[in-house]
Amino acid sequence: MKTETKVAGAKKPGFLKKLTQQREFSIFLIVVALFVILSFASPYFLSEANLMSVLLGLSTESIIACGMIMVIITGGIDLSVGSVTALVGAICGYCMKTLELPVIVAILIGLAVGVSIGFINGTLISRLGINAFIITLGWQYIARGLVMVVTNGLNISPLPKAFNNLGQGKLFGAIQYPIIVMLVLMVCGDILLRKSRFFRQNYYIGNNEKAAALTGINVPKMKTINFMINGALAAVAGILLTARLGSASSTAGTNLEFKAITAVILGGASLAGGSGTILGAFLGSLLMGLITNGLNLLGVDVYWQTFVIGCTLLLAVILDNFKVMQKAKERRGINKDVVDTGEKKQE
Amino acid sequence: MAEREFLELEGITKEFPNIKALDGVNFNLRRGEVHAICGENGAGKSTLIKVLGGVYIPEKGKIFIDGKQENFQNPLDAQKAGIGIVHQELSLVSNLSVAENVFANRQPVNKLGLIKTKQLYADTEKILRLFFDEDDKTVTPDMIVEDLSVANRQVVEIMKSLALNPKILVLDEPTSSLTTLEREKLFVNINKLKALGIGCIYISHHLNEVFEIADRVTVLRDGQYVITKDVKDVTEDQLVTYMVGREITDIYGERAPEDKIGEEYFEVKDLYVREMFNNVSFKLRKGEILGISGLVGAGRSEMGMSVFGAIKLNRGEVWLDGKKLDIRSPHDAIKNKIGYMTEDRKEMGLFLEMMIKDNVIAADTYSYSNNALRFIDENLVRKNSDEAVEEFDIATPSITQKVGNLSGGNQQKVLLSMWYGIKPEVLIVDEPTRGVDVGAKSDIYDHLRSLARTGVGIIVISSDLMEILGISDRILVMRGGYLVGELQHDEATEEKVIAIASGVAQ
Repeated sequence: MKTETKVAGAKKPGFLKKLTQQREFSIFLIVVALFVILSFASPYFLSEANLMSVLLGLSTESIIACGMIMVIITGGIDLSVGSVTALVGAICGYCMKTLELPVIVAILIGLAVGVSIGFINGTLISRLGINAFIITLGWQYIARGLVMVVTNGLNISPLPKAFNNLGQGKLFGAIQYPIIVMLVLMVCGDILLRKSRFFRQNYYIGNNEKAAALTGINVPKMKTINFMINGALAAVAGILLTARLGSASSTAGTNLEFKAITAVILGGASLAGGSGTILGAFLGSLLMGLITNGLNLLGVDVYWQTFVIGCTLLLAVILDNFKVMQKAKERRGINKDVVDTGEKKQE
Repeated sequence: MAEREFLELEGITKEFPNIKALDGVNFNLRRGEVHAICGENGAGKSTLIKVLGGVYIPEKGKIFIDGKQENFQNPLDAQKAGIGIVHQELSLVSNLSVAENVFANRQPVNKLGLIKTKQLYADTEKILRLFFDEDDKTVTPDMIVEDLSVANRQVVEIMKSLALNPKILVLDEPTSSLTTLEREKLFVNINKLKALGIGCIYISHHLNEVFEIADRVTVLRDGQYVITKDVKDVTEDQLVTYMVGREITDIYGERAPEDKIGEEYFEVKDLYVREMFNNVSFKLRKGEILGISGLVGAGRSEMGMSVFGAIKLNRGEVWLDGKKLDIRSPHDAIKNKIGYMTEDRKEMGLFLEMMIKDNVIAADTYSYSNNALRFIDENLVRKNSDEAVEEFDIATPSITQKVGNLSGGNQQKVLLSMWYGIKPEVLIVDEPTRGVDVGAKSDIYDHLRSLARTGVGIIVISSDLMEILGISDRILVMRGGYLVGELQHDEATEEKVIAIASGVAQ
């Protein structure tokens, strides 16, 4: 087995340096710092109820971020997820209340809707080459419109207790199910994206589609699968959200896609594609959640929250840019030892 | 029936709507041989390779590998049959490791589909051994490709092709971004591949490389097969004649005795940019062609760009006609009639999606909008563009042709006309004939000489040693960021320049 020997003069960065260069590490530090600050700033912060509510609040967009990140890694984007979340919730609610279908059937129908929309998106984008932004933007309106039709602008409630339990019930009486689902998805997703050959195909596609195709990757199929997973996860998020609230709301999931995208970008992904991890997306989501929670606890006006989140995103992207430019500058210095000594060099 | 060679392409014909790219071309390759393909731009080299690689399906012709006829419907078929192509534009994923690039989408996995990292690295190590010694840790399987030098990235690209166990490896212009030393290393590696019995097809514009590494050479011209020769049985001049179809004795031209070089009129003093170059001073005379030679990384282009204002000088002065210039941007340089023709016409010079006429006026749109509204005078643009096309002999149906559709040589001519358009007093050209076929090269040298004849001093930065030796009146040599040598035209030889450029004691 090859051992890691340090050869004199070798330029390979050590483990610690490599770790700190990762975006996840910087976000992790900020999250920890924020955690510490908030625990001093407010006596309510460290309570179990508060921390649980933070995690619960994150759960919807984190579940979606797991799918969104694969779409973004392959260079695409999905603006429809928020509306799909609402639509699936509305359809489930309709099935259960009006059609009086059993809970499990309603859930299956909801999942099928999410996957189908993802399938349509993926096919149009990958096989017809139409711009992902425009198609998913269109779906945002279509899905939201359908939500209005199904709900008639009202909330659908009450819903069967068995259904509501999915969102309100607690594992071991302590942790609500949506949090469990979020954590399971994130852990599995992160492992798969790091170690599964199948899912790592996304990185090759995101970096160079033509080269990826030449290694035998079926690019259109992968892209379609990504959108289908995204649709399925939007459906799961929609079901859990509806269950948690006990009603299908016509305004559910508004701006959800932007929150998911922000989490993914904060976590280190590039909109151009080719990079990003689920761990990073989770930390990004956690960061936003903590900021929102902190502002709430400190009694800051709710409207300021959106402002702060926006600033955070901008800051993260600008700092990232600095790092990229610094790296480029490092490499551009072609003769590292040419530094002005003030005297003429003799040959 | 005669026994077939290892690889045989027989009667390949490939047609496109307007043009017959290949017309009944034959080509064969032996095991363990390096076979070069030479030809001008448009001769059909890359089309032939694309046919071999399964990217194009020929209208006519047959491909035989090991005596068996193959019918490639797509690139993956060709890969499976043992054809490996190392492309000019690298296909690596920069933020993944060497190992994950070499075994792209073919990483060893366990039953759950998860990558077996240990085995992946071990498999990568095996291929690394072909290029690096056991204890050479310059490149390791876990290094991120982004952190590697361009030359090592190319090695990884070759490793990626080797991981597929090819019988035939195609190297397409492999040395374009390599230093002389790195090129030698590449040739050592190619010889190792030969020893493994892999047949190599080598495509390059650099004829001297063909003579260094190839066993046989095939020439294509205008889509037709011309000839195949053992490299030891042919000279460079003969090769050029086969490629061009006419005798070109001296493409660089000669300075006519009546073209006198004028007095010194342009001077740079003590130029310094941190971590790039330092203490660079020289003078330029009217009508002189000054060559700047040196290895890649010596700082030549950076120095040229700093004179042009594209890189900020930490210290130094630029003087023209006895006046100290204040150049803070290319705009200032152009205003002072200094032009800079960049080394990479596609990335930094031309506007490929725009028309020829848009490119011709690009460096000097002010002259075309000298009116109150600052609107561009289309008639003037058209007139000057037509003149440019005629004067530079640019092969195009019209001035509204997209520059991206032109051949390399013609693109370079458009770029040249762009800079001639500012009526420069000093012109810096960087790699003026990179990726340009022999016929267009000769034209470009003619144009440089006639510009010089009008009293314009030209600075030629080039890695093509024959070019520098052929065209320059005087040669400056840079090494590691410093100006280390100066040679007059008559005393300059290849050996002297290389010795100074690489710091070898004479």
